Amino acid sequence: MSVTMTEEKTRKEPAVIPELLKAHGITPEEYDRIKKILGREPNFTEVGIFSVMWSEHCSYKNSKALLKTFPKEGKAVMVKAGEENAGCVDIGDNYAVVFKMESHNHPSAIEPFQGAATGLGGILRDIFTMGARPIFNLDIGIPTVGGEIYFDSSYEGNPLVNVMSVGLLKHEELAKGAAKGLGNPVYYVGADTGRDGLGGAAFASKELTEESHEDRPAVQVGDPFKEKLLLEACLEVIKSGAVVGIQDMGAAGLTCSTCETASRAGTGIKIDLNKLPQRETGMIPYEMMLSESQERMLIIAQKGKEKIVEDIFEKWDLHAVKLGEVTDGHLMRVYQGDKLIAEIPAKALADEGPIYIREEKEPAYLKETRAFNINSIPDLSSLQGRKGARFTNLAPNTTVTCNDVLLQLLDVPSIASKAWIYEQYDHMVRTDTVFLPGRHDAAVVRIKGTKRALAAASDCNGLYCYLDPYEGAKIAVAESARNVVCAGGEPLGITDCLNFGNPMKPEVYWTFHQAISGISDACRALGVPVTGGNVSFYNESPAGAIYPTPTIGVVGILEDVSMATPSNFQKEGDVIYLLGETFNELGGSQYLLEIHAKRAGITPRLDLKKEVALQKALLKANKERVMSSAHDLSDGGLAVAAAEACLGEPGKFIGAEISSLGVIREKDVRIDAALFGECQSRVLVSLSKENAPKFEKILAEFSVPFTQVGTVGGNRLQIADKINVAVMDIEKAYRNAIPRRMEKVIA
Amino acid sequence: MKVSVVVFPGSNCDSDCFNVMKDVMKCDTQFVWHKDHDLKKPDLVILPGGFSYGDYLRCGAIARFSPVMREVVQFANNGGTVIGICNGFQILLEAGLLPGAMLANRSLKFICKHVWLRTENTKSKFTNRLKPAQVLNIPIAHGEGNYTADPDTIKRLRDENRIVFRYSSESGEIADKFNPNGAVENIAGILNEKGNVLGMMPHPERASEDILGSHDGRGIWESLLESAGK
Repeated sequence: MSVTMTEEKTRKEPAVIPELLKAHGITPEEYDRIKKILGREPNFTEVGIFSVMWSEHCSYKNSKALLKTFPKEGKAVMVKAGEENAGCVDIGDNYAVVFKMESHNHPSAIEPFQGAATGLGGILRDIFTMGARPIFNLDIGIPTVGGEIYFDSSYEGNPLVNVMSVGLLKHEELAKGAAKGLGNPVYYVGADTGRDGLGGAAFASKELTEESHEDRPAVQVGDPFKEKLLLEACLEVIKSGAVVGIQDMGAAGLTCSTCETASRAGTGIKIDLNKLPQRETGMIPYEMMLSESQERMLIIAQKGKEKIVEDIFEKWDLHAVKLGEVTDGHLMRVYQGDKLIAEIPAKALADEGPIYIREEKEPAYLKETRAFNINSIPDLSSLQGRKGARFTNLAPNTTVTCNDVLLQLLDVPSIASKAWIYEQYDHMVRTDTVFLPGRHDAAVVRIKGTKRALAAASDCNGLYCYLDPYEGAKIAVAESARNVVCAGGEPLGITDCLNFGNPMKPEVYWTFHQAISGISDACRALGVPVTGGNVSFYNESPAGAIYPTPTIGVVGILEDVSMATPSNFQKEGDVIYLLGETFNELGGSQYLLEIHAKRAGITPRLDLKKEVALQKALLKANKERVMSSAHDLSDGGLAVAAAEACLGEPGKFIGAEISSLGVIREKDVRIDAALFGECQSRVLVSLSKENAPKFEKILAEFSVPFTQVGTVGGNRLQIADKINVAVMDIEKAYRNAIPRRMEKVIA
Repeated sequence: MKVSVVVFPGSNCDSDCFNVMKDVMKCDTQFVWHKDHDLKKPDLVILPGGFSYGDYLRCGAIARFSPVMREVVQFANNGGTVIGICNGFQILLEAGLLPGAMLANRSLKFICKHVWLRTENTKSKFTNRLKPAQVLNIPIAHGEGNYTADPDTIKRLRDENRIVFRYSSESGEIADKFNPNGAVENIAGILNEKGNVLGMMPHPERASEDILGSHDGRGIWESLLESAGK
C-alpha cells in the first residue's frame, strides 16, 4: 500500500487526509460513519484498523445481505454459520466435525507457492481454534484426501485456490472465540509479528492489475513447521481447560482477533503493543495491528491458570506472551506502554460495518449464449473431418467416431486423472483414509474408536455458472451432495467458497445474487444447512472477471464405515443400472467445449424433486448394502462415467458391456447427447444379480427412473453399438493427460 | 513387547505408529518426547515419519541433536531394536546408526503412493515372519527418499545381506521403472551391521489394517513380536 512507509525508526505518521482514506478504500460516507462512532476524527492507526475490518474480506459488506438468505438451521448443527470461526455439526457418538472452505485467490495469483500455502494455514487455524484436530488436508500431518481441479482459460491470471478443511473433536472439546471474564489474561501465542501480509485483507478486496506484483509484500509467508507446533500446542492447551476463548490471527491479524473476541463476548479488551513479539525493528503500531504474519493465535486464558498456558507453549518452543486483558465495557483499547494508541468500540469494528446491496444487471453475453442452437452442430454419427478445434490434426473427411470423442474427453485435464497432483500430497497420514483420492466420488475417512466414517466432496462447474449462475450453483450443491451419497454418506452440512469478480459491477452482482439463490434453493430441498464459508470478490485480471465460481463442499456421515461404496466396478458378472433420465442437453458440456470449441447453450436443468428422490433411494440402497459401486454422471456424461468406473488402482481395470442408453426422454435423442450430455440426477450403479430385485424395489419406492443397462466384465468398454474401446486405452488417455502436459514425457 | 514412539517437533506419523502398535498389535506402547532422556525401557524404539524441525536443512539433520537421540544411539549400540520409518530413517542416517544418505527424489517432487517392495532378507528380526522374496504392498510418502552411498558401502550392504527391502513390481521384478525415487539399487530399507537397527522409507504403519487397503506391513510387526518373544 502506498501509505505504509519504508524508512525505519523516526517515522512520522501521515495525516488523515482524503487521499489517505482513498488509499485505504474508505468512502466519504464510511468516514462520516467512523467519525460518528468515535465522536471524533480517527488517527492514522485507527484508519488502518477500520479499513481492514470494514474491507470486503473481513466485513462481507457487499455480500452479507444476500448470505443471510442461506438456510442455516439443521438438527445436527452445534455452531451456526457466522457465529464462530467455522460451523460445527454433531456426528454422533459424542463426536462433532468443524469444517470450512476458504479462498486464497489473490495471494496465489501473485505468489502461487506462498499464497496457496498460507491459504492452507489460515483454514487450518480456523479449524483447530475450535478445538478440532484437522483430519483432512496436507503437509503438516493432515491428509489431503480429495479435491476438485478445474482448468479453464477464464482463470488465467487469477487462479482460484479454495481450501477446505474438516476437523474432528469430542463435544466437550469445542472451543469458542470469545473474550469472556473480566480480568482474564489475553495471550499472544505462536510466531513473531513482522511486516509480511501488511494490509492483506485490503489487498484481497480489490482487482488484480498489471501492477499487482508490486503488492507482493501483502502476501504472507508460511512456515508449515511452526503451524504444526502451533496446532499441537493449541489442541493441548484447549484440552487443559485453561482456555476461555481462542481465535486465530488471520486476515487483519491482531486487529481482527482482538475486536472479534471482545465483540462476541460483549466485553472490552486492552492490549499493550510494547509486549508484542516482533521479528523486525522499527515497526509502528499501524503495522503491528495490521500485520498478517502467519502462525499466530490469540488466547483468552482463565485467570489463575496462566502457568498451564505458558508451560504448554514453552514445551512446544512457542511464545505465549501476556499482551493484555479482558475489560469492562465494550472498547478495544490499544496501548504502547502507557500511551493510548487506538480506542474503538469492538462491536463497531466486528459486527457493525457497512452493509451494501449493489445494483444488479443481467450480463449481455447471456442473450448470445442462450441463443445457441444445438442443431447447428452435426450429431456424432455424421461428424466428419475438421469439425472441432481439438480435431484439427485429422485429415479432411476423416470420420470421427464416438470412440475418438471419448478418448479425447478423457484427455481433458478437468476430466482426467489428477494423480499427478494428489501424489504430491500426503493423503494417507493419520491412517484413516479409507478411500484414497481420485478413484471415488467422495473421500471417506474413518473415525478411530467408532464404527463411523466421514465422507466429503467438493464441486463447482464454472462454465455452467457462467452460462446460468442460478442453475450452476444449484448443480454444484446437488452434485457435491450426490457424490457424498454415492460414497455412502448422508450429507450433514455444506460450506461454500464464493469466488466472483468485482461486486460494484452490476453484472457481477447479478450473477452473485443468482448463485446465492441457487445454493439456497438446493440446500433447502436437500435439507442440508450452510454451516459456513467464505466470499472472494474482485477476482479479475486485465483479461476480465473469472467465471462465477461458487465452490461447494459437502460433509456427510456414514454410520458404519462398511457402508462406504466405491465408484468403480468391482466384480465380473455384476449388473449395471443407469438411474435417472436423459434429455437432449448439451449446453455447457465438456463435449461442446472440447470437441466443438463452444462455450454456449443452456446448461442441464436440475429438478430438485427428482434429485432428492434419487439421493434418498441411494442412501437406502447403501444402508441395505445392495450396491457394489455407485458413480455419479457429470463432466463427459454416460460415456466418461462408464469409462471411469472401469478403472481401479493403476494397472487394475475391468470392462463393461452396456447395451442400453437408459431412460431417454426425447423423441429423437442425439447420439452425442445420450453419450456425452451432462443431464443431472443420473448415477451408474453396479450390483450382484441377487441384489437386483431388492434394488429395483427401493428405486420404485422413491419413483426413481432406471434401466438395467448392462454387465461388468471383459477388458473392453462397449456402449450400445457406439463405443467399443479397450480399457487399457481408456486408462492410458485418462492417466497421461496431466503428466504429458506438465512433464512432456509419456509414461 | 514394550514399544516407545519418539515424538520430535514436526513428527506427524507418531500417532499412526502409536495406534498400530497399541490398538492393532496390542503392544504396551508409549510416546517419548524428544526433550526426554528416558526411553522408558522399551523392547522396540520407533522413530516415526514427519518433518522433524521442519526439515529446512537436510532431513533429519537437526533431529539427531535432540536430547533423546543420545539415548537412542546408546540403546542401539547396546543391541536394542530400533526402526526408523521415512523421516525416522533419515534421522538414523544423520545420527550415523545407518550408512549412506538421502537425496531428493529424482522427480524432484514429493511422492505419496502405494508401492511394491521385495523382501531381500528374511533372517532379520524385522523380517523373520516374511517369506523369501515376498512382495509387500506398502505406501511411500516422501520428498527425499533417494538413498545413496559410496560403491564400497553398497557392496558391503549387499555382501552382508543388509539390504532388506527393494522397490519392485507386483510380481517381484526389480527394475528401474519400479523405482519411485531413484534410490541406488532400488533400496527401500537397510539394516545396521548388528542387525538391530532398520531404516526404511515406506510406511508399514499405513499398511497394517485391511480397511486401509493393505495389511502387508503387519509382517514386520509380527516378526518383531516373534523375535522379542513376547
